[in-house]
Amino acid sequence: MELWFTEKHTPNVNFSIKVDRQLYCSKSEFQRIDIFESKEFGRFLTLDGYMMLTEKDEFIYHEMITHVPMCVNPDAKRVLVIGGGDGGTVRELLRYTTIESVDLVEIDALVVEACREYLPQTAGCLGDPRIHIYYEDGLKFIRHCENEYDLIIVDSTDPFGPGEGLFTREFYGNCYKALKETGIMVNQHESPFYQEDAYAMQRAHKRIVESFPISRVYQAHIPTYPSGHWLFGFASKKHHPVRGVDWARWNSLGLKTRYYNTQLHAGSFALPNYVEEMMRDVE
Amino acid sequence: MKFYSQDRVPVLEALQKFKTMRVVPFDVPGHKRGRGNPELTEFLGQKCLDVDVNSMKMLDNLCHPVSVIREAEQLAADAFGAAHAFFMVGGTTSAVQAMVLTACKRGDKIILPRNVHRSVINAMILCGAVPVYVNPQMDHSLGISLGMRLEEVRDAIRENPEAKAIFINNPTYYGICSNIEAIAALAHAHGMLLLADEAHGTHFYFSDRLPKAAMHVGADMSAVSMHKSGGSLTQSSLLLIGPQVHAGYVHQIINLTQTTSGSYLLMASLDISRRNLAIRGSETFDKVIDLVEYARQEINAIGDYYAYSQELINGDSIFDFDITKLSIFTRSIGLAGIEVYDILRDEYDIQTEFGDIANLLAYVSIGDRPKDIERLVSALMEIRRNYRKNQSGMLRAEYINPQVACGPQQAFYAPKCSLPLAETTGRVCSEFVMCYPPGIPILAPGELITEEILDYIRYAKKKGCSMTGPEDMDIKRLNVVEGKV
Repeated sequence: MELWFTEKHTPNVNFSIKVDRQLYCSKSEFQRIDIFESKEFGRFLTLDGYMMLTEKDEFIYHEMITHVPMCVNPDAKRVLVIGGGDGGTVRELLRYTTIESVDLVEIDALVVEACREYLPQTAGCLGDPRIHIYYEDGLKFIRHCENEYDLIIVDSTDPFGPGEGLFTREFYGNCYKALKETGIMVNQHESPFYQEDAYAMQRAHKRIVESFPISRVYQAHIPTYPSGHWLFGFASKKHHPVRGVDWARWNSLGLKTRYYNTQLHAGSFALPNYVEEMMRDVE
Repeated sequence: MKFYSQDRVPVLEALQKFKTMRVVPFDVPGHKRGRGNPELTEFLGQKCLDVDVNSMKMLDNLCHPVSVIREAEQLAADAFGAAHAFFMVGGTTSAVQAMVLTACKRGDKIILPRNVHRSVINAMILCGAVPVYVNPQMDHSLGISLGMRLEEVRDAIRENPEAKAIFINNPTYYGICSNIEAIAALAHAHGMLLLADEAHGTHFYFSDRLPKAAMHVGADMSAVSMHKSGGSLTQSSLLLIGPQVHAGYVHQIINLTQTTSGSYLLMASLDISRRNLAIRGSETFDKVIDLVEYARQEINAIGDYYAYSQELINGDSIFDFDITKLSIFTRSIGLAGIEVYDILRDEYDIQTEFGDIANLLAYVSIGDRPKDIERLVSALMEIRRNYRKNQSGMLRAEYINPQVACGPQQAFYAPKCSLPLAETTGRVCSEFVMCYPPGIPILAPGELITEEILDYIRYAKKKGCSMTGPEDMDIKRLNVVEGKV
């Protein structure tokens, strides 16, 4: 018997992982949630059939979405994570003892429940007293915040499905409003490679540029995401993501990371020419 | 006639059966189930092209319905509480025109509020009827025209006892209803027909939380936009009539202008939507009402904006309010509704129904999801944060009492000349000027042009309203009737 999970990266490209067994399956008000066990990638979570994370490569995504902004502003104390019900981003944040509180806004309580049961590698941290979980629409939550956070991490699904509202100008604008004057917003920024993802990436970039004075994009290599080439958005009111960053201060924290380091941080903002061009088109 | 229950869909059933028969088409349409136009088939889908077919025995004929279309129309009549229903494939415009053409001949008078859709006045150009306008009251702080006051309708009847019909919006674009029940009684007491434009009132028939539906309170004819709140395809509509109107005559009137190749896509969509409304309309509109109530509450909590509702009801010119309408007063943030409308579309990828000089209308229906409402509310909040301006210099909309110099038909066909806008004061306009949407004329053929009207036109243009009607697409010139009328 062979059991395979297949995600269509485009209508003409399949990505498959051989599955050992299915651990979990349910349908929430918002989406279908599946967790599988595989030999190559360990356990992995999919939402509506789209890959969210695997135990093998999730460290890349979660380190890059967290340590980049934390290195730029190590003084961040109040952090908001939107999406990210798997807990991976929060796990990385909690490594900073200086962070006082993390608000996690996840629309789907069932995702958190499933991850807590089957993905302790990421969700194991969700019981920490510094975390407050809100099961709410991110767009609705952020509307009511003003000048509250040092850092907002938008750890969302793709812009089709429940995450749709998190790729909009009204969302980014409300994030701007919710941030303090030195605030930073980092978001999952899709991929530049395949056409559909690239459109979403450009649209998101355009909307962020319109909402923040500083807006840059950085990249990481994530094997299980379409094309493997993934982007993050760095938007900020004051801090530049590379210039003037106190690298030594981050290094002095002594955090052990598997993907992230300060040199890679600086380098990750250097983008391939075709990506630069796509950005310029909408700036 | 056979009795059918509301869960039947005769047109759809006939089409489904037709598909299984694999009939060889040597009739129109020439695309022959899409084979002759692969690009179109690729775009619309095979399923769609399979049923884009012509009238034939088993599918009946819209011009002379005797089988499945007739049955579907009967079901629609039952569902809406009418004596008869006609499937219309030329939009609610065609249903409105059929009403006016049925009620009036050349020179006949029709009593109506000025804030009617252009299709009503178009029908008068066709048949030569003459309008008697009742001043729709104005809410001066919101800048919207309201319903007809009972007393003013009574006055109009007294002054024009020979009028053939009274025409009423139920509701207006903004959701305002007149006292239709009393106006119907008044019309009948004076031997007039009551015609209702229910382009924005399909849902009234299926919920007891909404204003009264025209046919339920004695209207003689109603034009119902199934494609708005009813969920059918664009351009499909229903014309409903009561027992006092001769169905055969109405049919003849409809056939004067309606296509002889009625689209089965449109008819099937009417049939399916009628079934949905009859079976689950009430719960559907409960959901819509909940969504809109939530949106209203959130928008009003932002500050400055005013999403109005039933608190406006005053027992006369606002006899009732349609709570599914999300009308938002925006002038309080220093922006015209049309400016907010433009910002929402250009900057936020949100398309609303229309904006006028002080209000925005977001159309909420069957197909909306809570997360879409969150986007709208959040965007409005952002627009207030980023674009809010001082209110000074903003025009307050006033009701401009139209001075009818002659009937629309006479003006439209009269010898005319084109003049620059500024030189038209005091002349009789021979064409329409309106913002679209909503498509309510600022000037109609036969009306005197005044400085006040020109100011309004210039202001609406400046604010970015999409102005339509005149021959000159830039609205720098207007056609006026030559000489004196």
